[in-house]
Amino acid sequence: MTVGEAVVRCLEAEGVELIFGYPGGAILPVYDALYRAEIKHVLVRHEQGAVHAANGYARATGKVGVCVATSGPGATNLVTGIATAYMDSVPVVLFTGQVPTGQVGTDAFQEVDITGVTLPITKHNFLVKDPAAVPSVIKKAFHLARTGRPGPVLVDLPRDVTGAKISFQYPEKVELKGYKPTYRGHPTQVAQAARMISESTRPVILSGGGVISSGAAPEVVRLAETVSAPVASTLMGLGGIPGDHPLSLGMAGLHGTRYANLAITNADLLIALGVRFADRVTGAVEKFAPNARVIHVDIDPAEIGKNVRPHLPIVGDVRRVLEALLPLLPPRKNEEWLAAVEGYKREYPLKYGRENGLKPQYVVERLSAATKGESIIVTDVGQHQMWVAQYYCFKHPRMLITSGGLGCMGYGLPAAIGAKSGRPDRQVILVCGDGGFQMTMTELGTLVEQRLSIKIFIVNNKRLGMVRQLQEFYCDKRYSAVDFEFCPDFAALAGVYGISGYTVDTAAAFDTVLDELLAKEGPALVNCLVEPEENVLPMVLAGRGLEEAIS
Amino acid sequence: MVRHTLAVLVENNPGVLARVAGLFGRRGFNIESLAVGQTENPAVSRMTIVVEGDQRVLEQVVKQLRKLVEVLKVQDVTKEEHVDRELVLIKVNAEPAKRAEIIQIVEIFRAHIVDIGRKNLIVEVTGDEGKVNALENALKPFGIRELVRTGKVAMLRGAKEITASEGNSQEERSFPFER
Ligand SMILES: Cc1ncc(C[n+]2csc(CCOP(=O)(O)OP(=O)(O)O)c2C)c(N)n1
Repeated sequence: MTVGEAVVRCLEAEGVELIFGYPGGAILPVYDALYRAEIKHVLVRHEQGAVHAANGYARATGKVGVCVATSGPGATNLVTGIATAYMDSVPVVLFTGQVPTGQVGTDAFQEVDITGVTLPITKHNFLVKDPAAVPSVIKKAFHLARTGRPGPVLVDLPRDVTGAKISFQYPEKVELKGYKPTYRGHPTQVAQAARMISESTRPVILSGGGVISSGAAPEVVRLAETVSAPVASTLMGLGGIPGDHPLSLGMAGLHGTRYANLAITNADLLIALGVRFADRVTGAVEKFAPNARVIHVDIDPAEIGKNVRPHLPIVGDVRRVLEALLPLLPPRKNEEWLAAVEGYKREYPLKYGRENGLKPQYVVERLSAATKGESIIVTDVGQHQMWVAQYYCFKHPRMLITSGGLGCMGYGLPAAIGAKSGRPDRQVILVCGDGGFQMTMTELGTLVEQRLSIKIFIVNNKRLGMVRQLQEFYCDKRYSAVDFEFCPDFAALAGVYGISGYTVDTAAAFDTVLDELLAKEGPALVNCLVEPEENVLPMVLAGRGLEEAIS
Repeated sequence: MVRHTLAVLVENNPGVLARVAGLFGRRGFNIESLAVGQTENPAVSRMTIVVEGDQRVLEQVVKQLRKLVEVLKVQDVTKEEHVDRELVLIKVNAEPAKRAEIIQIVEIFRAHIVDIGRKNLIVEVTGDEGKVNALENALKPFGIRELVRTGKVAMLRGAKEITASEGNSQEERSFPFER
């Protein structure tokens, strides 16, 4: 069979049901094989849409997302999405076409050195020159993408390689000498963690994206309950503990809740699980958790000690480590500490003013109530994203799909398409800014074609809201290039695609539309005209510690 | 700031040098020298990398290197008894009147003269850093026209070996420094 056919057979062997892509000359043999294949191919409108969709699919399902593009411009259009997946450790395998091996290095038509370009933003990548090696490379690619710390892996396939004939055999085992992730925590370190926890009277758990990807959410809740430790989440970790759990502190960090940040600042022990201590979480790192000893559990040794020096490092899979740790822990009450944390919650709740029309926070709060925190929420990047993180009460893991590390505008709509494709059984809601929506709204075509019942809420402040907020605080309100002088009528635009569109500008109108919409099958778009100069608060200014937030 | 010499065993694949070198640039680590070549096993290449930085930087360098899929083993040889050598070629001004003096210096350092031109000589010296620097200083007054160094290579003394066969242990990979 041709290598193109072999690629499809490999995907079948990996259990892939759905791929996102966009064809072209250099990837022709793969598309020729897909013509007869059972695997469903979703044709997007721009390759960035394909990779974000694969990302959304992977995050919603826990499976590997797969994406295909042609050489040159097809491959470079993936770059932003690859970086997005890399920063958030999302398992995605990408196939790109390449010019024939004989032309590689000649600046041939549509030639780009995509393995070179994506070197710093992939977990690993391959340029395959030997047709017979393709199956084993694909086996490695899936293995690398989904194991250890997950991430994107790119396989570049020259046109003559995919056109060549091979006798197909999918390898059973992966041969990667230099790749041996550590899953089990070192028993001595785990025992030491148990000791440190039993010596602590003011513990806080910081729960990150690693908790979601390792499936450790139930163990985190058990840990919290056993030792009476409140849980602050990173943006990537939301849903690790139900948002309405008494021990949940919501999100920590620059736009985190004051009570999460105060708890971290006053803790005597920080149990950091599957986090990388990103600057958005720590604020000024020298002022971060100043009173705490730190236990850091992560599967990637390089994350340990990178930003915050832990007192106790544990390399391993969060779930495996907690499974080993939990039996060593006698229950603890920490009554004084929990009372103090309750005090922070009472004294510094999240709040916003209700004056001046429709408030963006209200939109999210109502969405949360109406869906009982049970919907998959996809966001774009900006103020609306932070309001979702603050005001949506996530009940389960894998319910928030958002670009954390890269903060990539344009992620929302294609990621929602991926999420809904992977979880057709779930209500999928996209909350998007008017700016980010316009970056990838071309994918409305894909949404309609795939008959995906996605509800889109545009939090429309007619501004690049988050940047406007930064200019308010850091540039004395010199608003530079943040106002759109033209903005399409989004509801009418939806209509052009055959999607029901609504425009609302009051809380009452929003309520009416919301109830009507959520009851209905099929896609819909609601253009929510909100108070344009609302700020995301609390906010920790640059160079400040977490406890110095303004609110 | 301390200098460390790392032995890095990598799969001998095209592109692996770019991955390693790119990592240093991207993460802001300073490479002082990098020497690379095949080992006793043709599937494996060995890089000797000299980096400068405090303990924290070094720890990140080692961890980030170990994260690369094609990197089989990383070991800091600075901590152990080792031999290190570098080969340097120095083209030095050598008017006939000065030659005897230069030849004398070269002999003291057990270096060699490998080319004689009308007005200059090429001196080849192999040694550790101290020796190479001392010779360079001794030749400076004559006028050094060109100098090229291979970068340092290093090997552990005695029975200890750095080979790819076993790679870094689980222990080393998990806690290269903290414990
Ligand atoms: C691709 C990309 N370009 C630029 C930015 C910088 N940026 C961050 S938030 C933001 C404004 C987003 O505006 P909008 O989509 O309207 O959302 P809002 O903040 O108003 O909710 C911008 C421009 C980014 N994150 N991503």
